[in-house]
Amino acid sequence: MSQGRAIRVERWTGLSIGSVAFALALIGALAAGPLLFDANAIDKLTTLFIYIILAVTWNALAGYGGLVSIGQQAFFGLGAYGAVRLANAGISVYPALVLAALLVGVLALPISAFMLRLKGGEFAIGMWVVAALAHLLVNLDTLVRGETGTSLIALNAYGAETRHALTYWTALGGMVALIGVLFALLRSPLGAAIQAIRDNEDAAAAVGVRVMRTKRIIFVLAAIGVALAGALWLATTITFQPKTYFSVQWTAYMIFMVLVGGLGTFEGPILGAILFFAIEAWFGATGVWYLVGLGGAALLFALFLPKGLWGWVDNRLGLRLLPVGRWLRIDEGETRS
Amino acid sequence: MIWLNQIVQGVLLGGYYALIACGLSFMFSVMGIINIAHGSLAILAAFALFVLADRFAISPFLGLILVLPAMAAIGWALQRAILERSMRAGLLVPILSTFGLSIVIDNLLFEQFGADTRSLAPYIGSFSYDSWSITDDIDIGQLSALIFATAVVLLGGLQLFLSYTPLGRAIRATAEDPDTVGLVGINARRVNATAAAIAMATVGLAGAALAMRATFDPYAGAPQLIFAFEAAVIGGAGSLWGTLIGGVVLGVAQNIGAQINPQGFFIAGHAIFLAVLFGRLFLGGRGALILNLRRRRA
Repeated sequence: MSQGRAIRVERWTGLSIGSVAFALALIGALAAGPLLFDANAIDKLTTLFIYIILAVTWNALAGYGGLVSIGQQAFFGLGAYGAVRLANAGISVYPALVLAALLVGVLALPISAFMLRLKGGEFAIGMWVVAALAHLLVNLDTLVRGETGTSLIALNAYGAETRHALTYWTALGGMVALIGVLFALLRSPLGAAIQAIRDNEDAAAAVGVRVMRTKRIIFVLAAIGVALAGALWLATTITFQPKTYFSVQWTAYMIFMVLVGGLGTFEGPILGAILFFAIEAWFGATGVWYLVGLGGAALLFALFLPKGLWGWVDNRLGLRLLPVGRWLRIDEGETRS
Repeated sequence: MIWLNQIVQGVLLGGYYALIACGLSFMFSVMGIINIAHGSLAILAAFALFVLADRFAISPFLGLILVLPAMAAIGWALQRAILERSMRAGLLVPILSTFGLSIVIDNLLFEQFGADTRSLAPYIGSFSYDSWSITDDIDIGQLSALIFATAVVLLGGLQLFLSYTPLGRAIRATAEDPDTVGLVGINARRVNATAAAIAMATVGLAGAALAMRATFDPYAGAPQLIFAFEAAVIGGAGSLWGTLIGGVVLGVAQNIGAQINPQGFFIAGHAIFLAVLFGRLFLGGRGALILNLRRRRA
């Protein structure tokens, strides 16, 4: 490059400022949802918010942190179990959902000390072992009564309509908070550190990135998000059967949403969650074939389009609606950093 | 004496774990990837034997003559169609693609065979329960003994194969440096596909062992993957014999756990795995966790 040219680091574009403003307006409109929509629509949207939480947090872990976990159902189940336990101890139900998620985050700290020392496939299956063990230990609790399960009876304190609305608002609030925290985190120096570790751990350590601490932050945040999703799922279905909550299917859903939407892109997982939500509505009734399709799609995307649909769009059009990266602009030419 | 019996049975059970872990650690040591569909492929082999026995009245032992080459062919195809491409795309992609594959296999099996649990025990006659009495309290099942012996022969045979045959040397060289072996006339792609074929043949054998000694259903692959992984990690990075020790430690821990508490079987297995992992990570320095051919001298 010649010296006369101006180089600037671009973080916002007109389009991305517009899209963030649009997103904020959309959130504002969604917040009024229970006043506008019927109970069915509210339930559907709550489910969508939970899917988005799952997709966004799994992507934070795998797409940005390079940590592919097949055991996130551990935190999903523990979040729901924690909510049952806290509600049973007399804590008001909706604060209990959030508190359970935070407690799972605390529990994720010692787990991270173990698991983050594993690499690649070892970490992936190691987390699966953690999930299997968590499932077995929760089954030992007499309150849960083994695979029979239990219910979040405390929800009966609310009328059906209030309950739907409160769950909706908790899900919306949780989703917005998690996306907001991740957005801020990935735009901060920590975001660059996380991606540096994903791309080359040794090189990142060599330039002064505190590898363990950085990985731990993203691991705990992902655990809190998934646990909140589990607790919210409990609030929508009321019954807690360990087998359903500790099922590896949850992780299969997360992987599908993120791979199809776009691994390692910020907008992709949200798109993936919306697609998954639509696909489930259309094909969910076909049962087994639907699951075969999800697995097959994950396989094909991993092989042929590893950056997913959003990565493809980003490549073609350079469309960045929620920018977390930095782009160097030199005259007309553009290089991504 | 009841404890001694639990330990003996645990050792025999360990033979099965060594058998299922063998292919996992072999593949990891050659190609550096963990095949998440490992357990599902073992169940696929079990169902293949079940169909042969149930519809065509072919004894499971004879069925292996058909199923093992078929599994080897699947291993070859798996390497060429999925793993090779995944490995080129980065470290994480093989985990994602083989996970997707496992979901496909599990659910296709479910679609075909439903949720019923099956076993090959009815098709091998009294062999499934014949046993030798050692003392009043200790019986050794003939099938369990055969599975254990198979594991020993398989692991020993693979070790000899890797050490003393040209193909074994080629596999070790490819594991060490897949880019450089081309210079000395080794076709790394073919060697890797051969290694995958060998690994899948052992998976077929493990599937047969599981199906004869216990029951299985379309979703039984996931626990088999976890057991294989645990045995491989407990076995460590030293040699294939470590896998046998890993399997035995896992089997003994599970049986002792079951003796303490009805729920203790699986919990004790995971606990011993985590204990070994803890020791390996915090006391023994950071080395390879699973069998590593690169550091082994033959």
